[in-house]
This record gives sequence, C-alpha cells and structure tokens, in this order.
Amino acid sequence: MLTRRIALTAAALLLSQGAASAQERLKAVATFSILADFVKNVGGDRVEVHALVGPNADAHVYQPSPADAKTLAGAKVIFTNGLGFEGWIARLIKASGTRAPMIVATKGVMPRRMDEEGHAQADPHAWQSVPNAKTYVANIRDGLIAVDPDASATYEANASAYLAKLDALDSEVRAAVEKIPVDRRRIITTHDAFGYFAAAYEVAFIAPQGVSTESEISAKDVAKIITQIRKQKIPAVFLENITDDRLLKRIGAESGARIGGTLYSDALTDEKGSAPTYIDMMRHNVKQLVEALTS
Amino acid sequence: MIYNTLISPFVEFAFMRRALVGTLALALGAGPVGVFLMLRRMSLVGDAMAHAILPGAAIGFLISGLSLFAMTAGGLIAGFVIAVGAGVIARVTELKEDASLAAFFLISLAVGVTIVSLKGTNIDLLHFLFGSVLALDNQTLLLIAAITTLSLIVLAVIYRPLVLECVDPGFLRSVSRAGGPAHIAFLALVVMNLVGGFHALGTLLAVGIMMLPAVTARFWARDVTMMILIAVAVGAVSGYAGLLLSFHVGAPSGPAIILVAGVLYAGSVLFGRVGGVLRLAFPGRHLEA
Repeated sequence: MLTRRIALTAAALLLSQGAASAQERLKAVATFSILADFVKNVGGDRVEVHALVGPNADAHVYQPSPADAKTLAGAKVIFTNGLGFEGWIARLIKASGTRAPMIVATKGVMPRRMDEEGHAQADPHAWQSVPNAKTYVANIRDGLIAVDPDASATYEANASAYLAKLDALDSEVRAAVEKIPVDRRRIITTHDAFGYFAAAYEVAFIAPQGVSTESEISAKDVAKIITQIRKQKIPAVFLENITDDRLLKRIGAESGARIGGTLYSDALTDEKGSAPTYIDMMRHNVKQLVEALTS
Repeated sequence: MIYNTLISPFVEFAFMRRALVGTLALALGAGPVGVFLMLRRMSLVGDAMAHAILPGAAIGFLISGLSLFAMTAGGLIAGFVIAVGAGVIARVTELKEDASLAAFFLISLAVGVTIVSLKGTNIDLLHFLFGSVLALDNQTLLLIAAITTLSLIVLAVIYRPLVLECVDPGFLRSVSRAGGPAHIAFLALVVMNLVGGFHALGTLLAVGIMMLPAVTARFWARDVTMMILIAVAVGAVSGYAGLLLSFHVGAPSGPAIILVAGVLYAGSVLFGRVGGVLRLAFPGRHLEA
C-alpha cells in the first residue's frame, strides 16, 4: 500500500515536472525550415521551434492544414520570411485566432526585384546571401527578446556566437567562388531563387523558366532553354531538390552542359540529407558550384 | 516554312524525338485496348483504373523516389488489386461491378493524393497527375515500348474470344471457355497500358490517349480491325500535333496532346461517316438496283 502511494506521488511529481519544463520552453513557429534553423540557433534550449513547411517541401505550393492552425494557436511567437514568400500566412494566422506577435525576419533587408510573369515583385529568397542571413538572425534575436525578456542574455549570447559562425561562412563562400574563373561563373537552374546569392558573390544564375515552380513546362520552354545553353555556352546546369530532375537531365544531355549536383534553395533536407542546417546548405551549394564550374 | 513548322523541331531537339516516339508507342498499344474497352461498354472503366494506379505509384515513389521500376511495379500492383477486388466484390455481393469499381477508384485516388502529399513534396503531385512526356529517358521509353509490344502480342492471341465476347457473349460461352481468361488478360493489358501512359502523360491523361482515339474511330468504321487501325492513327496524329502545339504555342505538352485528340473527336462527331451528326441529318440517297 505504502509503496503504491510512493510510486503514485513520484509519478505525479515527475509528470508535473515534465509539464513545467515543457512550459518553460518558449513555443515558436517558423514558416519554413531555413527560418526554423535560424530560430533554433538563436533560441537554443529555451525555444521549441516548429517549421510549418518542413524539410524538402516547397513553400511556394504549400497547403496549410488544420493542424498548422492549431500549432499557430499554441505559439508564443511566429517568425515569417516576408517579401511575399508565404502568401498563405496572413489567412492562416487569422484562421488560427492566435495572438502571438509575428516577426518578419527580412525587416531591413534591401529587397531585390524579380520579374515574375511580366510584373516585377520583391524576390523573397533573401537568405541566399549570408549578409542577409545575419539580418534575419538579428531580427529573430530582437523578436525573441521582446516576447521573453527574462532570457535576453541567453539570446544575445547565442545570436552573437551564431553571427560569428555566419561571418566565417561568408568569407568561406567568397574564397571558394574566387577559385572559379570569372567567365565561367554562369549556370542555369530550374528556380530563380539565387538572385541574392548572385548579387553577393558574383555568380550569374540564369533561370530557364523565369517563373516559380508553379507552372507546367511546355516543349517551347525546354527548346528555349536548350537553345540558350548552346548559344551562350553555359558550362553547367543545376538541379533543385523540389522539381522534376529528369527533365533537367534530358536538357543537360542534349545541350552538352554539365549537370551539377543538387542546389538547395527554399528548403533544408532532413537529418540524413546533405543540408540539414543553413550553414550546411550554403557550404553544400558552394561546393557543388565550384565542382561543376572549375573542372 | 512547312519544314520549319512541322519537322525541324524534331530534327533539332532530341527531347522532341523522344516524346514523339513515346507517344507513338503509347498510341500503338493503347489504341486497340481502348477500342475493346469501348466495344465492351467499359469506356469509363479505363478512367477508374487510371485513378486506381495512383496510390501504388505513390507508394513506389515514397519508398524510392522518382524511380521508374518502383513506380511501375507499384502502379501495376495497385491496378491489379483494384481490378480483381472490384470483380470479386461484384461476384460475392449485391453490388454491380461498375459501382464497386467507382468506390475502389475514389478511395484509391484519395489514398494516392494523401500519400504523395505526406511525403511533403507537394510539387511532385503534378508529375503524378500530368506526367512529363518531355522528360522521357531511355529506361522509360524502353518500358513503354515493351508494354506496347506485349500488348500487341497478347491482343493477337486473345483477339478472337475478345471480339466474340463483345458481339455475342452467349455464343462464346456455348462454344468455348476462353471468355474468362481472355477477359482477365484484357484487364491486365488495360492496367499495363495505363501504367505506361502514366509515365508520359500522368494518371489523369493516360486514359485520354486510350479512349479518345477509340471513340473517334467509332465514327469512321463499323469493322473492328478498321476501327483499331483508325484509333492507332488518331492517337499517333494527336501525339505529333500535340507536341507541335506545345512547341510552337507553349501549351503544356500532355494536355496539348489530349486536346488535339479531343478536337479530332469533336470533328468526327460532326462529320463522321458512321453515325456522325451530319450523316444522320442528311443520309445519302438510298441506292436501288
């Protein structure tokens, strides 16, 4: 009898403690995996972050589910990319009835214009340049401190440690790109997500479609790409993790361009993949570029 | 000018040649199968089966990505399971075969879309539904060609019981027991051709290159052999013209191919020699000896 009571009390104690430590962690929601990685790095152990669009998924064509609205309703703070990247987020926030503040991570980033189906709009893929990533981190730090001022010291420390890592990454990327001869720094990829990378590191990314992954490609488009590669003698074609790579393989075979590995643009991979974190992703992309363009 | 419009796209670009070869092979295999589906009043069964393939292909995709073998095997298995399942339920219960097939394919479609979306990559759903005729690689072309070859051989073997069962099933039962096996072999052909078409045109449109040429051919011939030849020709012309349309106008290629077949069908409804609208409105003079 006595032992049972002790066991019960112990169990109750354990339970309450478990609940308490879960409560202590700040529930944050980030709209996609790369942003979630930044939040994880700044928040450390104090923040539990959930990405609405997980690894390997395309935020452009994402369909919110009721579970996402529930996640949002339970969040204390919401991080978005902004610049029109998550067209669905405003409606989802409204639907979820959450009162959590929304932090736009690209605040202060100079937006590039991109031409989408004839009309110019802001290019949302700002994280593709490391200096911009530092702006993201600063915004996330300030956002976390605003909702959880008690832990401001932790956030400050985490952020400055991570910012130092990003500085190192930036010079690493620059050094790697230097190795590629200037006239060979031209590639074609399926998705024009690399505008900021191109501007920061002087590599020309030529998008074959000029539109996001939404529209279905026609024979005319494919013919145009192949003609373009042949005419401009573009050395390499790159695949992306979220569109049909068979088509690009065909294009490569037919135009004589080298098929590079996969470049990650909008999403990280899962733990087993080659880009589970933002830093891994940038390193991976640069390595692929250097390999395809220097040989 | 004519050369530039009609021929040079295929001379200049290998992907156009591949797409053309793929669609021609599909037309050759799927055309005859479509004619028999129509004659057996199973025109909509093709559509149901096409949707039934989706979850199998999706599971194959889930296990090993865009792998030709896994998706083909998955599609074939799912197709057979649904065909046999619907047949068994029709035999054992009160439900008619078409009704149980309807239930099966709707469930399959929902399961398929769910599986593809659960993987997290929503964009791939489009490739499932619409295929990628422009991205046919050697393996896929060989698969389609193999399916077509096998279809033609099997059709040649089961041709007589198949035709007999279409026109007079009672007579066939009284003289031979080949009706049942022929029916099953035929269903297998339907599934195989749909899986082949799925790689090029996707689950939604694969059935288009099977049924539209067949129903078009119905307006031009009374004889089964003639109907099959016309169906193959219509399928081939649709593939060729659809690819050209996609090349010059920029229409997505899969839908363009099926649209051309649709236009040919509409024309045949109006002008068809056998039971077309105009023919029925203005029947030829009755010939007298």
